[in-house]
Amino acid sequence: MKQEFTISLFTEDHIGILGQITIILTRRQINIDSFTASESAVKGVYLLTIVVKTTSEMIQKVARQMEKLVDVLKVFVHTSDQIIYQEIALFKVTTNALMSGNIIDNIVRAHHARILEVSPEYIVIEKTGHKAEISELLTQLEPYGVLQFAKSGRVAITKQVKELNSYLKEMDEANRYKPETIEVIN
Amino acid sequence: MKTEKKIKQTTVQVNGQEHITGAEALLQCLIEEGVDTIFGYPGGAIMPVYDALLNYEGKLRHILTRHEQGAAHAAQAYSMTTDKPGICFATSGPGATNLVTGIANAFLDSVPVVFITAQVTSGLIGTDAFQETDIIGVSMPVTKWNCQVKKPQDIPDTIAKAFYIAKSGRPGPVLIDITKDAQLEKLHFKYKKCDYIRSYNPLIPLHIKAIESAAIMINHAERPLILAGHGVLLSRAEKELKTFAEKTGIPVASTLLGLSAFPSDHRLFTGMLGMHGNYGPNLLTNEADLIIAVGMRFDDRVTGNLKKYAKKATIIHIEIDEAEINKNVQVDVEINNDAKEVLKYLIPLVKENSFEQWIREFRICDKTEYEKVIKPETKPEKGEIRMGEVVRLVSELTKGDAIIVTDVGQNQMFAARYYKFTQPNSLVTSGGMGTMGFGLPAAVGAKIGSPDKPVIAFLGDGGFQMTIQELGTILHYNIPVKIIILNNSFLGMVRQWQDMFFKKRYASTELINPDFVMIANGFSIPAKRVSKREELKDSLIEMLAAKGPYLLDITVEKEGNVFPMVEPGSSVSEVRLTY
Repeated sequence: MKQEFTISLFTEDHIGILGQITIILTRRQINIDSFTASESAVKGVYLLTIVVKTTSEMIQKVARQMEKLVDVLKVFVHTSDQIIYQEIALFKVTTNALMSGNIIDNIVRAHHARILEVSPEYIVIEKTGHKAEISELLTQLEPYGVLQFAKSGRVAITKQVKELNSYLKEMDEANRYKPETIEVIN
Repeated sequence: MKTEKKIKQTTVQVNGQEHITGAEALLQCLIEEGVDTIFGYPGGAIMPVYDALLNYEGKLRHILTRHEQGAAHAAQAYSMTTDKPGICFATSGPGATNLVTGIANAFLDSVPVVFITAQVTSGLIGTDAFQETDIIGVSMPVTKWNCQVKKPQDIPDTIAKAFYIAKSGRPGPVLIDITKDAQLEKLHFKYKKCDYIRSYNPLIPLHIKAIESAAIMINHAERPLILAGHGVLLSRAEKELKTFAEKTGIPVASTLLGLSAFPSDHRLFTGMLGMHGNYGPNLLTNEADLIIAVGMRFDDRVTGNLKKYAKKATIIHIEIDEAEINKNVQVDVEINNDAKEVLKYLIPLVKENSFEQWIREFRICDKTEYEKVIKPETKPEKGEIRMGEVVRLVSELTKGDAIIVTDVGQNQMFAARYYKFTQPNSLVTSGGMGTMGFGLPAAVGAKIGSPDKPVIAFLGDGGFQMTIQELGTILHYNIPVKIIILNNSFLGMVRQWQDMFFKKRYASTELINPDFVMIANGFSIPAKRVSKREELKDSLIEMLAAKGPYLLDITVEKEGNVFPMVEPGSSVSEVRLTY
């Protein structure tokens, strides 16, 4: 059965890494629902947050194929209950709508959104939340004329206690491991 | 004029940490890595490297093939027979794209090859310049790692990294694309071999617990079977595999690329797995209660229908590439380590045992297969010459001591089935990719890598013509390879499938061939055509005795089929002996 997974992938800054990762998903016919890239808490390490829908068997396979990439440090796969996540959306609405009563204002307050900018022609509303909450706000604003709507991909923080740094340390130790005896066979 | 002057400067010999050009730095890096042979083809963008090569005569030998694809296959075969990575040069654009089949072939068969391609001057990248191709983008899905170098000072570290990645862990091809300006400009040369990359862990500490539980399972198994793959050869674990099998008494079956990892004449050897593998190991995979898979990846050609594969068996998978574990077959014990290390640790934990009754079942299968398939194929008394009989004769005449190179198709399956391999790394074949045209250039690479061994190429008349121009390379360097064309004037394997699955509708599989003897002679290669059984053995003896290269065009049974066969979609236990 297909379900939603959030992949948190930590990588070195190597040109082409995005291509390599998307190739793995493309080959398995997995659509990317959302994709976000940013620097992580560890300097020089980048975090890609990828949301996909697939089966739990398939996600394990693609995660291993991603981790196999030379420049990828670590891949974590999470279900929604294992992460704290948000998306951000911006809405551009005509100022007329705001001026014609306090409906817009009420909608903004009710959704814990905020008004970023007001100009004579338009206002910009910002909403941070889950995808469903953002969709809900969009539905409510639509009757008043949404000029533009843009939404980011998911950003996620994991609930797990072990942080990337301790994984990096473990990997470093493993990397320095050399077999005790290397016997040459002729 | 300007370029000329620049190139002249590059040819000045400099030592140690002096300023040298990027092109010279590249060659210096190769020497630091112990390289002495390069396969390649020059062109515009890579000219500075070729110019610098003249300064390295005696240190670096360059083999000019007749097509870049040939260079790629030759470099792979060189690596497969020497334990050294293969090196392959090509220019930008078409030179680079012509490599792609060869790169993909090396990738699927886990062979370390360092591909160096030239790129147009960095300022021109992205402008669709003459002979510009985004080879980084093109080769991304078929390389273990690739990287473009635009600055000369980045060359040493990138090359060092490339060698480390290609050779370590599960080996594979890497590609370094170097811009022309980076080849021409100068740098302070300093080389340090790479043995550490933060994000890349090729040597994983042994999973002791998994190995210990595997040992318990092995000690309690009643019908265990070892499946040996290419990983045994790649980790040089042939001795350990032999010790392990002999101590436990467990029968061994091999994948196509695992052939020669375990002696074909060993009492515990049961044959090849897979679509055209032997009857016993296919049939009895589904009777085994324990499967110990060593350095293999459960390819679909090996497993047949996965839903009906080894359902009675507990599966232990010893595999260095974690992504291969649970990819096709769900396993019970995963040991994500190097095969040699695991076997070394495992041997003292397993008890001495024997499985005579279980092995007898294989021998009964062998007898059936011999009577129904092997005997009529390898020792026919009438009718046309058969491919199997040619391979059997060559095997007997060379006492299993030659390096066998094959093309792809029926010739490959007959060579794999009927040659008795006694030495590790003595089969060079295109497994995962099944690349027709692989054989001839691979024979060139194998012979250059192992000049002291007889190298015999079994080719079909179809595949031979895909890379026939490499006869030019054989002529040029007088490479003493023995070429056997198993000529049925058909694309035999495709014709067999048409015969079996497409109601004998032979669409585009019959070939009108040229006179291969005349062609060989045109390349100054002695050649002979054989079509009579009485002449076959003597002709093979004559070929083997020849000092230089030799081509034997053997007319074989036109519509011979390879059996046994696990039909696509069938279970391994449904392996068929006849049509």
